[in-house]
Amino acid sequence: MKPPVKNQRLMQGNRACVEGAMAAGCRFFAGYPITPSTEMAEILAAELPKLSGKFIQMEDEIASLAAVIGSSVAGVKSMTATSGPGFSLMQEHIGYAYMAEVPCVIVDVQRGGPSTGLPTKVAQADTMQVRWGTHGDYYAIAVAPSSVLECYEFTLRAFNLSEKYRTPVIVLMDEVVGHMRERVILPDPDQMTIIDRMKPTVPPEWYQHFEINPHFVSPMASFGEGYRYNITGLTHDPFGFPTEKPEEIKQKMDKLKNKITHNLDDIIQVRAEFMEDANIAIFAYGIVARAAREAVRMARERRIKVGLIQPLTIWPFPDQYMEHIQEQLDLIIVAELNQGQLIGEVMRVNRGKTRVSSLTRYDSELITPDQVFEKIREEK
Amino acid sequence: MPIFSEMTHKYLRAKKKFPNVWCSGCGIGTVMGAIIRAIDHLHLSRDEVVMISGIGCSSRMPVYVDFNTLHTTHGRPLAFATGVKLAKPNLKVIIVTGDGDALAIGGNHFIHACRRNIDLTTILINNSTYGMTGGQVAPTTPFMKIGTTAPYGNRERGFDISKLAMAAGAPFVARGTVYHVVQLQKLVEQAILKKGFSLVEVISQCHTLYGRLNKEGGPVEMMKWQRDHAIPISAAGKVPAEKLKDKFFTGVLWDIDFPEYCEEYDKVIALAQSLAEGEGVRVKGKERE
Repeated sequence: MKPPVKNQRLMQGNRACVEGAMAAGCRFFAGYPITPSTEMAEILAAELPKLSGKFIQMEDEIASLAAVIGSSVAGVKSMTATSGPGFSLMQEHIGYAYMAEVPCVIVDVQRGGPSTGLPTKVAQADTMQVRWGTHGDYYAIAVAPSSVLECYEFTLRAFNLSEKYRTPVIVLMDEVVGHMRERVILPDPDQMTIIDRMKPTVPPEWYQHFEINPHFVSPMASFGEGYRYNITGLTHDPFGFPTEKPEEIKQKMDKLKNKITHNLDDIIQVRAEFMEDANIAIFAYGIVARAAREAVRMARERRIKVGLIQPLTIWPFPDQYMEHIQEQLDLIIVAELNQGQLIGEVMRVNRGKTRVSSLTRYDSELITPDQVFEKIREEK
Repeated sequence: MPIFSEMTHKYLRAKKKFPNVWCSGCGIGTVMGAIIRAIDHLHLSRDEVVMISGIGCSSRMPVYVDFNTLHTTHGRPLAFATGVKLAKPNLKVIIVTGDGDALAIGGNHFIHACRRNIDLTTILINNSTYGMTGGQVAPTTPFMKIGTTAPYGNRERGFDISKLAMAAGAPFVARGTVYHVVQLQKLVEQAILKKGFSLVEVISQCHTLYGRLNKEGGPVEMMKWQRDHAIPISAAGKVPAEKLKDKFFTGVLWDIDFPEYCEEYDKVIALAQSLAEGEGVRVKGKERE
């Protein structure tokens, strides 16, 4: 018998997600009940007041993200959680938070869609909505956990990225990751790196809330701190006042883009397993990556040189890594719980360098290791 | 060329943002003046005032005033304000919104803000139309009035905003007009001082669109209409019923007390923490008082 491990707990993914949020310093949650994310609201309704934080149940998901943005503008780390139908409603304010450069975290526990779809069943069909859901040019950051421990770690990281880059960050989960229970040993919060938004060091009369600087990220004063500035969803100048001058518009749009695209090395994380000698790769994220991992093990036992590429940040897409790794590959199998979304991104980067094959499932059930293994045998 | 008093000027982003977007003769500037005078009279500091708006002509106001200003999305300023106020209850949060913003696209947020009773002050400027987009019918356009999207006459009824707010639970509801500008300042002051959700509906004029489409004249004629159709609530019961036709009451229409949400939430925090301590659970970082 193994000796008991200190601090180990049996925990649900949704619980681990909000534990990670609280460890990151989240002290405000506004949300609306929706399966399969509701546990997060319930847990935080009980837990946040213990930390002198606040929880509020809003009238819908549109209002939920609005309240989250309002709270963040007032200086409190804030989040909301939802699933597909609610995530659709949040697109308006994801765009607002991006334009107004307000840090916040949005958790999307994916379920089957479209529309009301399958409230209690798993899917990964919001993959592209996360990237392209809001209107206008937009550069998304989304992290994608595949285990209960990762729900904790990645949510904490989502807050760090959000604070660091002053932008909304999505935690893209799914029904199985959210609802499954696993044994976890949560890291000591004191050992985790916690990033807080940069504060201005200049006096108020010099302060520009959307200052243009070489880092593309402007220091952020909160309401009530003596820096009286304007925030708007209208395209604005560095002071936050609406502008229609082409040079100021371009400057703003470039700033929004560059703060993501100039920091890809810091943002993007890819987990590569058995890729050193692989000529076949399975590309899968979230819960599907775990089935793929088992399939890779089965294939390796049969001396098939297959490896696993698991994007831990689903957006921005790991273009650079894929460009590099596909040089050694003959085949990439993209496994996903939808009718084929990420495969388009893989093929965009691939440009015909290797064969790219699709393994999809969208009947509410998980892709199994056997299915992935069969696919490897068929295609190799 | 508008002339501001020295007092008003202190509160304006005069160098940065003027001239403004409003038509000359519009009522919104008058409302802005009343809000500024109310804030000055109450000796609120500019740092503690947050002005939040949605989308529309009236919602452009925050750009021009030197407070913490948040110009949000169409219909949603109350939802943003909910987050701001909960995060920092010491801030004085004033929402400036229009009839289309608050009652059509933002209707849901409006009734829930009334019901929830967070200490927010909402100034709803009602000009019976969508000004910014060019004179379409609003949820406040009266029956058979003309809008660009109701060229044959509006076949819907307009909301009675004050009754709606009262029914939804708002503890403080007042109505003023652009014409009665001294009264308006007092109503705004009372609304700011009220602990809880307060609404001031301001009857305003859009002569450029609504007035022209409905042949109601210019700003002077429309303000005379306000003068002739407003009846102080204090006169209710004294005016014979036949004289009340097409008229509206002004003043404080409704003022009751109900527990304010932020104060209630402080009790939630105290309860949760005392229960947690009772269980021997370590309560981390009471950093936000």
